[in-house]
Amino acid sequence: MEEVKPRIAIHKFTSCDGCQLAFLHLGEDLLTLAEKVDIVHFVEMGPINPTAKVDVAYIEGSISTPEEAKRIREIRANSRYLVTIGACATAGGIQALRNFADTKSWMQAIYATPETISTLDTATAISTHVKVDYEIYGCPVNSQQVLASLLSLLQKVTPTARRDKVCLECKRLGYVCVMVTKGEPCMGPVTHTGCGALCPSLGRGCYACYGPAENINTDSLTQWLSSLGLSDAEIARRFLFIQNSAPGFKEAGLKLQKKKAS
Amino acid sequence: MPYFLAYEQFNDLIHALNALGYRCLGPQVQDGAIVFDELTDAQQLPWGMRDTQKPGHYRLQKSELNEAFAWANGPQAIKPLLFKPKESLWRVERDATGAFTFKETLPENKPIALIGARACDLAAMAIQDKTLLQGKYIDQQYRWHREHLVVIAVNCSYSGGNCFCVSTKTGPKATSGYDLALTEIQNGFVVEVGSDKGRDLIDSLHCNEAEAAKIAAAAQRSIDAANMQTKRMPKDNSRALRDILMNNLDHPRWQEVAERCLSCGNCTAVCPTCFCHHQTEHPTVDGDGSVHAREWDSCFTEGHSAIHGQVVRDTTEKRYKQWLTHKLGTWWDQFDSSGCVGCGRCVTWCPVGIDLTEEMAAIAGESNVVADKKEKSA
Repeated sequence: MEEVKPRIAIHKFTSCDGCQLAFLHLGEDLLTLAEKVDIVHFVEMGPINPTAKVDVAYIEGSISTPEEAKRIREIRANSRYLVTIGACATAGGIQALRNFADTKSWMQAIYATPETISTLDTATAISTHVKVDYEIYGCPVNSQQVLASLLSLLQKVTPTARRDKVCLECKRLGYVCVMVTKGEPCMGPVTHTGCGALCPSLGRGCYACYGPAENINTDSLTQWLSSLGLSDAEIARRFLFIQNSAPGFKEAGLKLQKKKAS
Repeated sequence: MPYFLAYEQFNDLIHALNALGYRCLGPQVQDGAIVFDELTDAQQLPWGMRDTQKPGHYRLQKSELNEAFAWANGPQAIKPLLFKPKESLWRVERDATGAFTFKETLPENKPIALIGARACDLAAMAIQDKTLLQGKYIDQQYRWHREHLVVIAVNCSYSGGNCFCVSTKTGPKATSGYDLALTEIQNGFVVEVGSDKGRDLIDSLHCNEAEAAKIAAAAQRSIDAANMQTKRMPKDNSRALRDILMNNLDHPRWQEVAERCLSCGNCTAVCPTCFCHHQTEHPTVDGDGSVHAREWDSCFTEGHSAIHGQVVRDTTEKRYKQWLTHKLGTWWDQFDSSGCVGCGRCVTWCPVGIDLTEEMAAIAGESNVVADKKEKSA
C-alpha cells in the first residue's frame, strides 16, 4: 500500500506574494520535498484547491477585508497545523499603518469611487482572528526558515526558533558593527534574528524587517539613536515601519509620536 | 636572546609560515575596524592606523606614526579561530536497513598562523584552554584548531581608551602563549621566541640578534602603552570581586544597568573568554541524515536559560547579573581565575556603551579610573 503523504497548502491574504517565494526558491530541495508531501494548494506554483483539508497550511498576508476574515476561519477549520509566514501574517505588515489613521478619509482621498471597495478599517495579523500554531517572522521570510519548520513538523517535532537579536548573528558572521564604527543607526539590538544580518553585511543599519526579538529594550535604543542625532520623528518611523503593529515596536513608536505631539 | 626583524623581512616571515603549511591571518582595515584576514604581503597591514575607543564607540584614524601595529585592538582576534562561531560537531545518517550511524566531524581547514594577537588575547586563549581542554570533557573541535595554530604576538605600544590590562595583569606585554612575540620599534621589530616552533621559524629567517639599544627601545614601548591606560578594574580584578558581587545580589545598580542594557549579547560575543553556545539540528530534506552543529550563544538570550520549558533568567536584570557575577566572580570557583582579561571589547562594542568597570565600580565602591590619571584629568 502506498504511504499517505502529508498534505500542504500555501494560502495568500493581503500581501505582496513575496513570502511564498521562499518555497519556490528552495530549488532542488523543493523537488525532494515534493516527494515527501502533497502540495495541494499553492496558486503561485500551480495547484489550486483552496478548500482542501490539509495537514499544514502556510498563511501569507494580513486580514484586511471582510472576505478574508471569513476565509481564514474556513482554512483554520480545514487545517491540522496553521503556520503564518511574514510580517503581514504575523503582525499586519506595512498595510497595518492604516490602523493608526482614519481609513475612510484615506479612501476618500485616494480612490475615485471608494464605495466600490470592500475593506476593513484595519489590517491585522492572522493570530487576531484564529489560533496560530507557529509564526515565522520576516519581510520576507527565507527558504531556510520555512523548510526548517516543515521538516520539524514532518518529523513530528515542534519547530523552534531563536528569538535572539540580529546583533548575535552579526557577531557570529564576523560583520563589524555599523553603529559602533560609523554611528549608523541600527535596529539590530531590538530585531528578531533570521535574516543572516543581511543589511549590516552590506555596511548599513538593520531596519527591523524581522520584527521584535524577545526581551527588547526600546527605550534604551531610542535614547542612543537620539544621541546619534536622530529626531524623535525619525526614530518613531524606524519602529512604525514594516513591523509597525508588532508588540513592542508599536508602543515604542506611538510613545515617540505622543512626545512630539505634547 | 631577542632578534631584530626589519620591516623588509616581514614578508620573509609570511613566506616561511606559508612554507610550513600555514595560512597567515593578519590585521587589516575592513569596514572601519581592525579585523584579521588572509595576509600575503606586509603592505596589507594597517600602516599608520590608530583606533579611538570609547564606550559604544570605535573609530580608526591615520596617525602620524607610520607603524603597522599602532592600534590597540579590533572586535575579535583569536576566539573565532579556535572556538568557532558556527561549527558542526557530528553527523548522523540512516542506511538502507534503517540503522543510524553517528560520525564525529573534525575540522579540515588549513592550519593557521595568526599574526598580531595581543597580550590580552593570549591571556584569553589560556583561559579558553582551561575551559575547553581540561577536565573530563575535551572539546575535540577546539583541540584540533588549537593544535594547528601558530601565534605571532605583537606587544602593544599603544592603549585604547577602553584598555585596562594593566589592572588585570594580562598585558600590555605578552609573557606566554606565543610562538614569537614582536615589539615594533624604529624600522622593524624586536622578536622574542616563545616555543620550539618559534625557534625554528626565527632560525630560518636569519635575523640578527637585537642590540641592547633596540631591546631597551622595545621595553620602553611596553612601558609607554601601560602608562596610557586610564581605566582599571576595581580591586585589580582580584578574587575579592567574587565575594563583593555575591554579597550584593540585591544592589540597586543591577536594576539601573538593566534599564540601559539591550540584552543583545554583543558583549559576550566579543569577549575573548566567553564560551556559551547552543546546539542545533540540521536535517536533510529527505529525512535520512542530520548535521548536529553548535553556534555561539549568550547568557543574554532567553534560550540560554530555558530549562524544561522554563526561562530561568527572563529579565535583563537577571541576565546582566549572570554575566557580571560569572565573568568577575564565580569564574574563580570554576577556573581559579577571573574571566576578564582587560581587553575592553565589551565596553567598546556595547551598542549603548555600558562599561563593566564602571558597573563593578558602582557595586564595589572603588574607582575604575587609574589614580594618577584622575589627578591629571582633575
